[in-house]
Amino acid sequence: MTLPCCTIDGEVFQPYRLEGEDAARWISTAGPGLSRIEFLVPQANRPEAMARIETDLGAMASVNSARVNLTGRRVAVVYRDAAVTPQALIDRLGILGYMARPFDPRETGLTRDDREAAALLRALAVAGFAAGNVMLLSVSVWSGAEDATRDLFHWLSAMIALPAVAYAGRPFFRSAVSALRLGWVNMDVPISLGVLLAALMSLYETFHGEAHAYFDAAVTLLFFLLAGRYLDHLMRARARSAIAQLVSLSSEGASVIGDDGTRRYVPARDLKAGMRVAVAAGDRLPADGIVREGVSDMDRSLLTGESAPETVRPGATVHAGELSLTAPLTVEITAAGNDTFLSELVRLMSAAEQGQSRYIRIADRLARFYSPAVHTLAAATLAGWLLLGHGWHDAIMAAVAVLIITCPCALGLAVPAVQVVASGRLFRSGIMIKDGAALEKLSAVDTVIFDKTGTLTRGEPSLVAPPAISTETLTLAAGLAQHSRHPLSCALMREAVRRHITPAVPTEVAEHPGLGLSGTFGGETLRLGSRAWCGVGEPDEDQGLLEFAFRRGARAPVIFQFEDSLRPDAAATVTALSAMGLDVHLLSGDRPAAVARVAQAVGIEQAVSRASPQAKLAYVEALGRAGGRVLMVGDGINDAPALAAGYSSMAPATASDIGRTAAQTVWMGQSVAAVAAAVTMGRRAQRIARENFALAVGYNVLAVPLAMAGLVSPLVAAIAMSTSSIIVIANALRARLSPAGPVASPATREAGRVDHAVRRAA
Amino acid sequence: MTGLLYLIPVALFMGGIGLAAFIWSLKSGQYDDLEGAAWRILQDDDQPKP
Repeated sequence: MTLPCCTIDGEVFQPYRLEGEDAARWISTAGPGLSRIEFLVPQANRPEAMARIETDLGAMASVNSARVNLTGRRVAVVYRDAAVTPQALIDRLGILGYMARPFDPRETGLTRDDREAAALLRALAVAGFAAGNVMLLSVSVWSGAEDATRDLFHWLSAMIALPAVAYAGRPFFRSAVSALRLGWVNMDVPISLGVLLAALMSLYETFHGEAHAYFDAAVTLLFFLLAGRYLDHLMRARARSAIAQLVSLSSEGASVIGDDGTRRYVPARDLKAGMRVAVAAGDRLPADGIVREGVSDMDRSLLTGESAPETVRPGATVHAGELSLTAPLTVEITAAGNDTFLSELVRLMSAAEQGQSRYIRIADRLARFYSPAVHTLAAATLAGWLLLGHGWHDAIMAAVAVLIITCPCALGLAVPAVQVVASGRLFRSGIMIKDGAALEKLSAVDTVIFDKTGTLTRGEPSLVAPPAISTETLTLAAGLAQHSRHPLSCALMREAVRRHITPAVPTEVAEHPGLGLSGTFGGETLRLGSRAWCGVGEPDEDQGLLEFAFRRGARAPVIFQFEDSLRPDAAATVTALSAMGLDVHLLSGDRPAAVARVAQAVGIEQAVSRASPQAKLAYVEALGRAGGRVLMVGDGINDAPALAAGYSSMAPATASDIGRTAAQTVWMGQSVAAVAAAVTMGRRAQRIARENFALAVGYNVLAVPLAMAGLVSPLVAAIAMSTSSIIVIANALRARLSPAGPVASPATREAGRVDHAVRRAA
Repeated sequence: MTGLLYLIPVALFMGGIGLAAFIWSLKSGQYDDLEGAAWRILQDDDQPKP
C-alpha cells in the first residue's frame, strides 16, 4: 500500500501515464534503431538536478544520451527502441524525484519563439560586425584622413553599412510600416526614419566627396536597438517556456468503456456525449457527466473553493475538473468540449478580457509624444536654416542631424533592460511574469483580492491540536486511513509520519464512500469517518473546521478536527501588502465559517464567502469600474474569470490549468510572500524605468540644441549615443540589487521536511 | 599609404571570420541553454560512458 498523495516540494502531482497510441506522437527518430523523446521536468531547476538526471539516465544500458536543458527545464533522451519504453524513462525520472511529462515543442509555439530569437541574434551579429568595422574606418577619418583616402574610407563604410542596415533594420522597418498602416506612430517610426535618413544622406555626401558621413551612427544605433529588442524577446520567451512547462502534469484523457466492456484511452478533446468513462480513485474528471456506477467523495475545491469533499452517488451530476477521491466511478458523459461547465467559464473569461481597456505600455505612451516632437523639431530646424539664408544642402544636413541625435536609442533600451533584469530577479525566486506589460501593471495596483482555498491556504487539510491525540489512537486511526485517498485520511497519515508512528495493521478494512472506513483490530471494530458513521451527535455550531470521528469498539469516540492550513507567510504577506498602502480583500466560494476563520487568522477585514464564479467576476469588475486597479490572486477554475478581469493577476503553480493560463504572473513554491515580492519588484522596476526615461530625455535636451545649431559632427553623435545607452543599461542593472523574492521562513522549511518524510515513507 | 591596400582586406576578412563563427555557434544550438552551459563547466563528469 503506497501513500495516496504524491507530493514534491509541497505540490501535488499525479504521475504522467503514457498510453499506447498516444506515445507515438512524442517520439522522433534519431538514427537507425534510435528514438528521441523530450520530457518537461519542472523540478529540474538546479545544476544538481542536471548532473543527477544526466548521470542516472546516462548509466541506463539502453539510453544513448540524456541531455538536460536547464533554461527550458527539459530533458532530451536518445534511446534504443527495443530496449526501453518511454514510460520506463518517466518512471525512472519519478524514482529520482522528478515528475516528467513528454513534451512536444510544436504544441507550445516554442519553436516559433526560438526562430524569432535566432533571427534577432543574427541581425544583432550583422549589426555588430558592421558597427565594429565602420567604426574602425570612421576613427581614421576623425583622426585626419583626407581627400582620396577619406573618400575611399567613406565608400568602404557605405559598402559595409548599407547591406547591414538593409538586413539588420528589418525588424524595425516592418514594425514601423505596420504601425503607420494602422494610423498610429510607435517608437519604431522615428528609429526607422533616423537610420534610413542617416544612411541615405551619408551615401549622398560620399557621392559628392563631402567631409561628413554618418554610416557609423546608423549601424551603431541599430546594434544598440537590436540589443534592446533581443532582451525584450528573451524575457517573453523565458516566461512563456516556464509557463508552458507548467501545463498539466496529469494525463489529458480518459479510459472509455466500450459496449463490449473493453477499455481504450481517448484524449479529452475526442470525448463525446454518451460515452461511458472509467474514473479511477485519484483521477480528475475529463468532462461533465452523470455518475452511473459507484459511490465516491468528490473534491470540488478547484471548481467551488469548497474545502470539504462531497459524496456523489449514481445519478449525481459531476463536472470536469473534479477529483474522485475514494472509489472508482463510471461516468456517462453528458457534455464534452464546448458544452461543459468549464467552457461556460472560458466564455466568461474571454468576455472579461474584452472588457479590459487596452493597456498601453509606458514606452508606447511616451512614443506618442516623442515622435511628433522629434519630427516637429527636425522640420523647424530645416525651416530655420532656410530662413537664415543657408542653402538646401546645409539645412537638410542639420535637420537629419537632429533626427539622428534624437533617435531613441536609450529610450529603446531603457524599458527592456530594466524589465529583463527585474523579471530575471523574480524568475530566480520562482515568480514568472508573462510579459513586460504585466510587470508594469503590477506596479500600479491599489487593491489585492485573495481567493481562499489553495491560494491563502494550502488546499490540503491538517490536523488541529495534534498533541491532544494519543499515540495509540493515532496508530489505530492511521491503520484505517492508509487505505483511503480521502484528503482527511492523507492529513492523518502526514501527522502519523511526522510523529514517526507506524500505523497498526487492521484486518477486513473496507471503505464506505460518503460514510468512512471500517476494520477490525485485536477483536475490536474500528470506525473512522463522519460523525453519523461513528454514532456521534452533530455539534451546535459550525466552527468552520472539517472533522473525522474515530471509534474503537464500544469506547467513547474521538473527534479529529482539521483545518485547511494557511500557506507559509500568509499573515505576514497581508500585513506587508497593507503596509504598502494596498487594500486587501478575501473572496471565497467556501462556507462563511471557514472563510471567517481564515480572514481572522491573516488579518483581512473585507471577506466575502459563498461567491460563485460569476459573483467573483462581478466583484472584481465592480471594483475596476469604481476606478480600482485590482490584483486578483487565485488558483481555482472558479477564479479564472476573475483573474482575467483583474487589472493584474497572480496564480500559484499548483493552480488549475485554466487559472494559470488566465493569470499574468505565476509563482512556484508554497509561500504567498511571492505576491508582496512581485508587487515590490514591479514598483521598483517602474521607478528605474522612469529614471531611465528621464536620463534619456535629459540627454536629448542637451544634444538637440547642438544638432539644431549644426554643431553635431559624426564624432559627437557617436560619443553621445554610446554614452547615453551605456548609462541607461548601468542604471537598469540596479534592479538586480534589490532584495526580492519569497524568503524561506522557518515554516516553509519545516513543511519541506515533512513532505520529504512523507515521500520516503511512500 | 600602400599598407592600406592589404590591411583593410585583412581587417574585413578577420571580422568576417568572427561573424561566421558566431552564426555557426548560433546554428549549432549553443545559445539554447545559457543557464545550463554556465553550470556544466563546473561539473566533473568527463569520464567516458563505460
